[in-house]
Amino acid sequence: MSEHSPYPDVAFDHVSIAYQDRIALEDVTFSIARGSFWGIIGPNGSGKTTLVRAIIGLVGARSGRIRTFGVDPRDLREQRTLIGYVPQSAEVDFSFPISVSDAVLMGGYGKAGRFRRLSRELRDATAAALERVQISDLAARQIGELSGGQRQRMLIARALVLHPRLLILDEPTAALDHTSSEGLYEWLHGLNETDGTTILLVSHDIGVVSKWVDSVACLNTRLVAHGRPSDILTTSALESMYGCGAVIFQHGHIPHMVVDADPHTHSGDGA
Amino acid sequence: MIDLLSYPFMQRALVEAVIVGGVCALVGVYVVLNGLSFIGAGISHSAFGGVALGLTLGIEPTISALVFSFLVALSIGAISDEGQVKHDTAVGVFFAATMALGVLLISFLQGYYIDIFGYLFGNILAVTAGDLLLSSIMAAVIIAAIVLTYRELLAMSFDREHARVIGLPVRFLSFMLLGLISLTIVVSVKAVGVVLVSALVVTPAAAAQQLTTRFRTMLVLSVCFGIASSLGGLVLASAANIPSGATIVLIATVLFFLSWTFSPKRVRRTART
Repeated sequence: MSEHSPYPDVAFDHVSIAYQDRIALEDVTFSIARGSFWGIIGPNGSGKTTLVRAIIGLVGARSGRIRTFGVDPRDLREQRTLIGYVPQSAEVDFSFPISVSDAVLMGGYGKAGRFRRLSRELRDATAAALERVQISDLAARQIGELSGGQRQRMLIARALVLHPRLLILDEPTAALDHTSSEGLYEWLHGLNETDGTTILLVSHDIGVVSKWVDSVACLNTRLVAHGRPSDILTTSALESMYGCGAVIFQHGHIPHMVVDADPHTHSGDGA
Repeated sequence: MIDLLSYPFMQRALVEAVIVGGVCALVGVYVVLNGLSFIGAGISHSAFGGVALGLTLGIEPTISALVFSFLVALSIGAISDEGQVKHDTAVGVFFAATMALGVLLISFLQGYYIDIFGYLFGNILAVTAGDLLLSSIMAAVIIAAIVLTYRELLAMSFDREHARVIGLPVRFLSFMLLGLISLTIVVSVKAVGVVLVSALVVTPAAAAQQLTTRFRTMLVLSVCFGIASSLGGLVLASAANIPSGATIVLIATVLFFLSWTFSPKRVRRTART
């Protein structure tokens, strides 16, 4: 479904990022074509969140070049509204005194003029976003009353208000059970197919992610491998990602991984 | 009491009580929702250092307190942003240091009559017409800033990261909020003192939060609680001849415990267990 575009939605060219003395990403190169469905997987502390933060311009590169929609993400102006960002639901304060529809409406604040009343258009877009994730009936509820799955849907609705070209989700299934996770992935797949929205999702959940995405990148500070899930989810890639022996076996369409937790082969904070 | 109302100092005190109670409680909502209660306490204590600095240098203490406490707030932000020192640790360090600086400076000023007790614990009955004018101007500035950035402040308070992603000026808003906290505290020092002012900021908002799940309702309730506490405290203190600052804060605290006890959130939780 991807339209022709002169540049990829996201491009990293030998990017390294460090926080003080700690290197979070090292020499990472990849590009995400418009309309693709990407998964980035890696253990905790592998730099996944840093990578997402870099794409949206919240953190800059120490060396190398980052481009989002062809520009330095820290210089994104109106193009910011083309990014839909879904944070981990644990990062959001659900005790905040606000209703579901008002929280979703905030997804459009980047386009709302300061002194003007919120436009009818924005309110309609909010209602449509709620409808899309099927929580219209919960619009008036306080956000704290939502279940884990509903919270996730609310955050996705907020990201969809301005019809983003690129939707980024950070560990979207962290608070969901297996069935709900499958449902969410299937729904995202549909969004990617019908709207051509580029989707980037970050997860530590190798098996399920690789079933839906068309490209996957394995990250452990460095980019260990990237490409089609079936090509790159190999034993050696996972071994260097998790720093321990791992075996992949195919079960239907879903690759499973068995980690050999031999302490002698352990390294770093992986696994 | 009716007789008391005919005195100009009492009339000034009543107006000051409404301004201080209302403004503290208004800013308090943002303080509570942004998790800034402790930095509020730190800023208010640093106002004492600012007052002492003003007295030493011969500058109007309100102005020096405002500038000094805002600089302290920015320094706390800058030091903890570096990541080497945690935010609450930075507040803890500055909190005591600026208070100590104030005590030291004031000890050099021996021979002058300085109402230290008034700066520490407030004396709303001593508010002058000049103080009242300054409070009114500062209150107008604070309210205007909040009205003009209402939507952005709300979005930042709810989800700072998301606010940055959609391109809101989060850095500016954070500095502005620290500036507003400094202003609020300096406005209120005369009435409740540096030690007690942070309670008047945090407590009414915390009480309001117990009773509602709507942001606007929380704002309105908080301001009502703030004004009720300061007016009630003033009246009670004058009638019983007890310290006004402490009475105001204790009334706010009683309101908080009542709200907490009868909170729908609490009732629901108790019903569930």
